[in-house]
Amino acid sequence: MTTTRAAAILLAKELRLEFRTRELLSATVVFALVIVVLFSFAFEPTAAESRRYGPGLLWIAFLFAGSLMLTPSFAREQGNDTLDALRMAPISPFAILFSKMVANFIFMSLVEVVLVPVFSVLYNVPFSGVAGRLILVLVLGTIGLTVTGTVFSAISSHARMRELLLPLLLLPILTPLLIGAVEATASLLVDQPALDLTWVAVLAGFDIVFLTASWLLCDYLIEE
Amino acid sequence: MKGRIASTICIAALIFFAGYAALFIAPDEKTMHAIQRIFYFHLPSWIAMFVAFSVVFVANISYLASHKTKWDALGVAGAEAGVVCCTIGLATGPLWARPVWGIWWTWDARLTTTFILWLLYISYLLLRGLLDDPQKKATLSAVFGIFAFLDVPLVYVSNRLWRTQHPQPVILGGNGSGLDPTMSKVLLLCVVAVMGAMIIVLVDRYRLERLRHEFEELRLEVETRSVGPASILGKEST
Repeated sequence: MTTTRAAAILLAKELRLEFRTRELLSATVVFALVIVVLFSFAFEPTAAESRRYGPGLLWIAFLFAGSLMLTPSFAREQGNDTLDALRMAPISPFAILFSKMVANFIFMSLVEVVLVPVFSVLYNVPFSGVAGRLILVLVLGTIGLTVTGTVFSAISSHARMRELLLPLLLLPILTPLLIGAVEATASLLVDQPALDLTWVAVLAGFDIVFLTASWLLCDYLIEE
Repeated sequence: MKGRIASTICIAALIFFAGYAALFIAPDEKTMHAIQRIFYFHLPSWIAMFVAFSVVFVANISYLASHKTKWDALGVAGAEAGVVCCTIGLATGPLWARPVWGIWWTWDARLTTTFILWLLYISYLLLRGLLDDPQKKATLSAVFGIFAFLDVPLVYVSNRLWRTQHPQPVILGGNGSGLDPTMSKVLLLCVVAVMGAMIIVLVDRYRLERLRHEFEELRLEVETRSVGPASILGKEST
């Protein structure tokens, strides 16, 4: 079976599993919402302040929500030792990893689809004029988050205290991604919005480096 | 064993002499005066840290390529030695910055990068502590180590583009850079001394880890012979 086909089948399995209950998605959306609401007490949410702090707030909410959402990605395979079964199947380990990356990317994107409009309304930050460019930034940032997050979910699933360990491993690694995503989003919130391509390049570079690394190292992640 | 004691004494003497040279032999700096002397241990500790973390990176790749436990031992030894050097650098930096910049800390590219580096390798060590199966521990921490190392240039570039305040490199920093000849001699001595100390710590830690592996193997062997360690101890005591 080709890797693409195997990954597509596994992706369908991941999506079916999640959409049967939607518990991971709903919990993550609510969690991200809680962070966004809590931030309104941490600073004065006027229009000017929100433009200054908004991009950082939004991305911190995504990063925290993502780092919590990604733990079950591999951990839920352990209940019935289903990862062993997948490993025995005649498919490449990258298909297993990649299908989880894509599934997590879809879940995270859905969270963002809910959260960005809510954030825009609550903090009075207008995104409507820059929607296309914002989507580009969101997609690049989410790829980086889910690629590294899925790899680290595979690592932390074997450890004790994995729920705490995953954010600990993931968040420092995401520093360049956070800076790039926040600065790119901020460049869309000024009076004459112009997407700062330097930061788009930083985001794209981050995605390429870690996607390549996880492709090269996936045999060791999924091995027995 | 003899060689180890001798080399440790040599390095200790070298550190002592380097400290003396940094305090009394190196000429006074024109604007910063005495506080600048911290630089003789600040820069060497960063150099030693980079060497240690590069050792970790090489050890991680070699472990994944060969699955030999000695590379795993080298990885953890390098990470611990590097974290110690990084802590020294992070501690001496603010001591210098407070009188010279007027602030303890600033979120400059180099400062931020090293701080993130410190966090990354602390997480590497924490991860190792939380993985029980020895083989999983070695493989997964090696993968994380490679990811962490790949992240460092990205952190640096993104912070560099963002904001920077740290003094430009004094050595090989282009026009107008360069040290007084006595200063560079003292600096070289300090680099050698700190590097020597780092290598001693690294090698000792490596040996300790190898002994631990050996101990684990022996313990497993005893257990598989269905003679529990408890019963052996019981026989000896009677």
